[in-house]
Amino acid sequence: MTLTIILQLYVFILAGFVGFSILTRVPPLLHTPLMSATNAISAISIVGALVVAGSRHSTLTSILGFVAVTCATINVVGGFGITDRMLHMFKRADTKTAGDAP
Amino acid sequence: MTLSTLIDAAGSAGAGALARTLLTQGSYFAAAVFFILGLKSLTKPDSARRGMQQAAAGMLLAIVGTLIVNEIVEYQWIIAGLAVGSLIGYPLGTKVPMTAVPQQIAVSHMFGALAASLVGIAEYLHRTAPDATGVAGVIPRFEMGALGFEVLFGSLTVTGSFMAFGKLQEFIPGRPLTYPGQNAVNIAALAGTAGLLVYLVFDPSAAWAFWTMSALSFAIGISLVLPIGGADMPVVVSLLNSYAGLAAAATGFAIGNTVLIIAGALEGAGGFILSIIMSKAMNRSFGNVIFGAFGTPPESSARSTAGLSVKSISAEDAAIQLGYASKVIVIPGYGMAVAQAQHTVRELAELIEKKGGEVKYAIHPVAGRMPGHMNVLLAESNVPYDKLFDMDEINDEFATADVALVIGANDVVNPAAKHDKGSPIYGMPILNADVAKSIIVLKRGMAAGFAGIENELFYDPKTSMLFGDAKTSLTKLVAEVKQL
Repeated sequence: MTLTIILQLYVFILAGFVGFSILTRVPPLLHTPLMSATNAISAISIVGALVVAGSRHSTLTSILGFVAVTCATINVVGGFGITDRMLHMFKRADTKTAGDAP
Repeated sequence: MTLSTLIDAAGSAGAGALARTLLTQGSYFAAAVFFILGLKSLTKPDSARRGMQQAAAGMLLAIVGTLIVNEIVEYQWIIAGLAVGSLIGYPLGTKVPMTAVPQQIAVSHMFGALAASLVGIAEYLHRTAPDATGVAGVIPRFEMGALGFEVLFGSLTVTGSFMAFGKLQEFIPGRPLTYPGQNAVNIAALAGTAGLLVYLVFDPSAAWAFWTMSALSFAIGISLVLPIGGADMPVVVSLLNSYAGLAAAATGFAIGNTVLIIAGALEGAGGFILSIIMSKAMNRSFGNVIFGAFGTPPESSARSTAGLSVKSISAEDAAIQLGYASKVIVIPGYGMAVAQAQHTVRELAELIEKKGGEVKYAIHPVAGRMPGHMNVLLAESNVPYDKLFDMDEINDEFATADVALVIGANDVVNPAAKHDKGSPIYGMPILNADVAKSIIVLKRGMAAGFAGIENELFYDPKTSMLFGDAKTSLTKLVAEVKQL
């Protein structure tokens, strides 16, 4: 058990470092999509919600699980949806840019 | 779901269960990889969309992988939740206008954090419930700590995000709502929840402590955000982004799920970086934003502008300047977005380009209502992203610009930030519009900016003011430039 905890802490710290070093390189241009993207990804707590909703421990936990699955699904669908919509709009100028300078 | 349960599964339930556990773990592993690659793709606008679609596929994979775990014995609640959630989430993802993205993200945080808190609460109920022999379950200390953190951060983020949403949507007053002693109350409440959490770690069976801590956390979310002004909401949303991530990571520790830990850590880091960037761009320290409403407002000793006069300009003359300029830098502010003038700006820029001029956009980090918001609004009106430049990239170019066209921006171009030590915005990084050869400011009237201070740029001899609604003025400019 203790070994598992230590491994989990390793994963947490290393993932934090990976996140920090990748995300500091995201240009300011994409900071809004970045926020909605990390928001969508954190909806991964749906995985925990699914287990609670499907385990039949008690009626109360099942209902809590149902609400949790609903909320997490809203987060997944809404988060990835709006991120995709925003990123779709970022377009480069067509090739003429190079010839623009007088 | 951890290594130990994996081995248990192999020992007790046989090969079928082991295969399923391996499949689930494989899906989680793939999801984690897709998430990291997806975020990495955001470093380049060209690859970003594809990368995030892969991240979404990773999420789907993790969901499917979870549906086959051994603990799940019934599916009706799951199916209902997925269906209702999709029905509500779909319009949130596809229908919300781009100007409302900050609110949308605040609401998304709220739902995500609520899911995490409820999982934590359900987990606590289940694991402390008496078993068949009537003996209550005991949660190991470390897992109790993680569960507590999950509920604490989760609940705080739920109500905090709701308040941020309310302030951005303006159904809750945007001004700071304060009462005497608020700071002390908040700190006492925070210390109280922390104390209860520690107590729970030593005595996980103390249900009263668990429920008091949960309730207190919900209340703290409200009272922390209430005194923060509407204009500071971007920092709050970024900070809540970080908290939502920490709540997800704590869930991962509590139920022993690695993909949750990874995704939570990623979001925690992302939110933290963005809050620091936003605070810096607004010339505020982190603590000042969070507790700023309690301090006395800074004595404004900004220079008086009495006796100075502004030069106003007609659309015709402004059009001549713009039409024959060889380099124009546009500085858009939120006023432009409010007037829905983005499309007209792009039209004007295209006309100038047709006449041989070069047009670039200078984006201040706090233009719009969250970091990067202005870029999204301009991209929506088909401005190519390679013409959008952030402050550090473009500030040296103003000296060579014939015209700096300021549309609905104010404090971010106020030179007082550079030299007037008495000004409340002293030290804030600004766009160097004042060094351009000439400056045209589109403005409704002479009202002061958000910070409530006079802008000396408007009184600069090189500056001409084109008064009127941004959209009307721009439409006139487009018509005039066409005739040149």
